[in-house]
Amino acid sequence: MTPKSIAVWSLVALAGAIGWAALALSRGEEVSAAWMLAAALGSYAIAYRFYSRFIANRVLKADRNRATPAELLDNGVDFHPTDRRVLFGHHFAAIAGAGPLVGPVLAAQMGYLPGTIWLVVGVIFAGAVQDMVTLFFSTRRNGRSLGQMARDEIGPVGGIAALVAVFIIMIILLAVLALVIVNALAHSPWGVFSIGMTIPIALFMGVYLRILRPGKVSEVSLIGVALLLLAIVSGGWVAESSWADFFTLEPGTLVIWMIVYGFLASVLPVWLLLAPRDYLSTFMKVGTIGLLAVGVVIALPTLKMPAVTDFASSGSGPVFAGSMFPFVFITIACGALSGFHSLVSSGTTPKMVQKETQIRMIGYGAMLVESFVAIMAMIAACIIDPGLYFAINAPVGAIGDSVQSASQAVANFGFTISPDALAQAAKDVEETSLLSRTGGAPTFALGMSEIFSAVVGGTAMKAFWYHFAIMFEALFILTTVDAGTRVGRFMLQDMLGNAYKPFREVSWKPGVWFASAVVVGGWGYFLWVGVHDPLGGINQLFPLFGIANQLLAAVALAVCTTLLVKSGRLKWAWVTAVPLAWDVAVTLTASWQKIFSEDVKVGFFAQRDKYQAGIDAGEVLAPAKTMDDMRTVVTNSTVDGVLSALFALLIIVVLVDAGRVCYKAIRDPESVKLHETPFVESKLVAPASLFATKEEKAELAAAGVGPEGGIRKEAAETGSRT
Amino acid sequence: MTGADVRRVAGRIRWYVRELTGESVYDRYVAHARAHDPEAPVLSRRAFERARMDAREADPREGFRCC
Repeated sequence: MTPKSIAVWSLVALAGAIGWAALALSRGEEVSAAWMLAAALGSYAIAYRFYSRFIANRVLKADRNRATPAELLDNGVDFHPTDRRVLFGHHFAAIAGAGPLVGPVLAAQMGYLPGTIWLVVGVIFAGAVQDMVTLFFSTRRNGRSLGQMARDEIGPVGGIAALVAVFIIMIILLAVLALVIVNALAHSPWGVFSIGMTIPIALFMGVYLRILRPGKVSEVSLIGVALLLLAIVSGGWVAESSWADFFTLEPGTLVIWMIVYGFLASVLPVWLLLAPRDYLSTFMKVGTIGLLAVGVVIALPTLKMPAVTDFASSGSGPVFAGSMFPFVFITIACGALSGFHSLVSSGTTPKMVQKETQIRMIGYGAMLVESFVAIMAMIAACIIDPGLYFAINAPVGAIGDSVQSASQAVANFGFTISPDALAQAAKDVEETSLLSRTGGAPTFALGMSEIFSAVVGGTAMKAFWYHFAIMFEALFILTTVDAGTRVGRFMLQDMLGNAYKPFREVSWKPGVWFASAVVVGGWGYFLWVGVHDPLGGINQLFPLFGIANQLLAAVALAVCTTLLVKSGRLKWAWVTAVPLAWDVAVTLTASWQKIFSEDVKVGFFAQRDKYQAGIDAGEVLAPAKTMDDMRTVVTNSTVDGVLSALFALLIIVVLVDAGRVCYKAIRDPESVKLHETPFVESKLVAPASLFATKEEKAELAAAGVGPEGGIRKEAAETGSRT
Repeated sequence: MTGADVRRVAGRIRWYVRELTGESVYDRYVAHARAHDPEAPVLSRRAFERARMDAREADPREGFRCC
């Protein structure tokens, strides 16, 4: 390192350290969000510069002379060496969705500090490492998927457990995301109208791309975004017109619409609904996240939430039950460590990487950006008044359904907000009520409208920005519901195909309909349950979703660790083994508590026993209001408890199987069979990082290719590679 | 900034957006097919985009979005 770079990196480290000190040492006074930005960005920069480089060069030994599958199998369509900056965009758009916006908002009930520390430390040592290492190993295997790698490298038992885990996790994930949307849209004619309008907009875009002007994606996306903004504005008019009643829907009604929509979206052709919706949501995602970053930097709001609330230790928080360990680490999955990313890192992205050396920027870098998105969500949740935060995020059972009872309940939590202030907050964003709008989306939207209206438009624009944010999240989530239902359907068809061949045919309609119905029925059941659960759907289901996601991360990290050991990198296996151990500790502790805890707020079976005893004695226990409510609680707690046990079992099966393979590889290194593709010398020249270094520029010029890289000119002329 | 600079930056943005949205996949396909045989028959844009969508229909795991 040159003295100049030592000085620069020392300054970056200092800025980060000052940020952390300001966040951690504040006692009682409000802290500027600028410190959170400094702490996070400083830490990311140091981690990227040093740790990811260490992993790329020392652990993985990414080889710039080794040809990637994109170079070797280039067919111009799915295998294609893609410019690193473009692939970074693709990869980021694929990994980042609503997840990083929801988890941090819920975790804010323990104060801003625990969640922020986990987001930053977690991404650096676990999440980004998982994404990068999975991407690396999948690239060395022609883009094999996580499930296939588990089967090849661990064995059939671990492979099947991984496959089953992915399927069940998908169902829970879709249910929880759909629940977030239902909670945000219930009794909101503005929201329902604007989100409803996205369906005809997507259909129009689909027809445009299919029939009018095939392939003109940017053009139709611009039209789509313009129509979308119009839909948001006109939602406000609808809410004030006589149509408002028509668009004011009960949560139960919305569930039915979601299920009908999910089924249709899964059986309709991709080009008609899913593909155009995907373009729209990607445009909105990249644009809004960019805007939000600019907004936060310009507005630099202050954090009103305390650094650590009492709920961190007492575990009696109204948003989700349980103490800080393990539940903060379960609640914040996306943004710190998200198992789902391993499905993107193995699959689409590895087929497009130009150079192994770019895996650092794409795998590690994109995940750092996602973590930053989650930090912004944390800021959005912590700048609104804590009293308001708890009134929005606590279930009806805890705060009642009037502003008076909510104000009273919030006072019991240790925060203050007057009934008038609660009513005014709802009025500002033109909603009838903000009470118990659990799921994170409304809180995030409120924080975002606060930030945006400080920059553009003032209070008058608050309602617009609120609904803009709701729309933006709903769009992501509906796209995920579409895509996830299809993937689930596909997996189910594949499994059923073992028993009855025609199921594998995507053109065999009865098979498609049946598998779609099963998948939609699966998440639809949990969605229905979540909406009607007297204890609060998010409160009950979100921990399951978190456990599921972290379980998938454990599978990915176990595969990575096994591969490190099998490929003779035992010395460095701690790079993925340490986050794996942490993740397993968190997931198993959470599962244990969810199954065995005596605390009825935490343990599903304790809950079941309490309410069953109530039924036997003929008593109705609050928050249940009727005997039917009591029976609902008993059924739900049983299902959730059994599911927790199943998750714990799956993780143990994968771990034991992976441990067996590692033990064998260490005992008898000769017996190891790696499924890596053989080394082929690369003829492609491309820079490794975002900006090309001086040497890389010279190399590009010497090879006669542009800044996006490509095959060396003389090699292309003499070689006959196809 | 001169007019040439503006055009250069606009060109780069256009290139990036086209690459990111997959609009340029067809051009790449034609270039790929013609790289060895300039006379090679290629699909029309309409037929190519349809084939691409059909492939996505057949395996929804490509282009999967996360939470």
